[in-house]
Amino acid sequence: MADAVVYLYAVTDAAAPEQNVNTGVDGAPVRRLVVGGLAAVVSSVDAVRFSEESLRRSLEDLQWLEVTARAHHAVVDAAAEAGPVAPVRLATVYLDDERVRGLLTDRAAAFAGALDRVRGRVEWGVKGFAVPSDAPVEPEPGSGAGPGASYLARRLAERNRATRGQEAAFAAAEAAHRDLAAAAPASRRYPPQDPRLTGRREEMVLNAAYLADATSAAALRQVVERHAAGPVRLELTGPWAPYSFATLEEP
Amino acid sequence: MTLATDRLMDRDVAIVDLLDRLLAGGVVITGDVTISLADVDLVHVSLRALISSVSTLVEQ
Repeated sequence: MADAVVYLYAVTDAAAPEQNVNTGVDGAPVRRLVVGGLAAVVSSVDAVRFSEESLRRSLEDLQWLEVTARAHHAVVDAAAEAGPVAPVRLATVYLDDERVRGLLTDRAAAFAGALDRVRGRVEWGVKGFAVPSDAPVEPEPGSGAGPGASYLARRLAERNRATRGQEAAFAAAEAAHRDLAAAAPASRRYPPQDPRLTGRREEMVLNAAYLADATSAAALRQVVERHAAGPVRLELTGPWAPYSFATLEEP
Repeated sequence: MTLATDRLMDRDVAIVDLLDRLLAGGVVITGDVTISLADVDLVHVSLRALISSVSTLVEQ
């Protein structure tokens, strides 16, 4: 490819076996660049389609975003199966291989630290949804008034119940998060997802990620089960590559 | 637009969950092509595109 730039997916241990995934973003072959103990997982991609201007446009194109996100994820996932992995944010692009090697050289200690923090660990996602109360709403008794007043009383009772239910769900979500975070070496909260994206009627009251080894994964499951009967429905997703926990700290 | 809403929701990895991680997680380094996903505005723009596409599909 004459006019190519280098798309970076993740950094991993050079000692980890090569991931067996054939193509990455834009259908490009996946390869590794090794510097010392680190390997960068990269693809050569078209310099025009991955220019700043094109990327800006493409990121607003839902179809491009989904296809690219899934391709990026497939490469990261394969690398995570082979060894510890520090995924890099979507659409990180370098001019050539030398620039990526330079990155590995300059930030060697920070990447090694990031890989050590996630070694032998995966990420679990937990989403919590408010459980809608389905008990029938009884109007407050004793008003003894006409149909208009009793309608209003019923509406008021409904609204009170909805508010109470939501408050209970939020409180239960906070309690669940405290328990989950206590069971995991690290945790991270995300903003609740928009109901138009989740396609769910219930309100999302918790959207979080937890870092876990085998032992803490079992503990996370137990917390989710323990909260099963409460006012928040917890759903576990994963295991994920440690997207939420691969951060570079300056030495 | 051929993307069906059920594809968005029902695949093994929900695209919504994936985008949480890919747009807000991952190691943030400044590549040579500076498209700053750390720029919250851009993430919102992408998600707005996602939301409007999904709601268009739902209405159809």
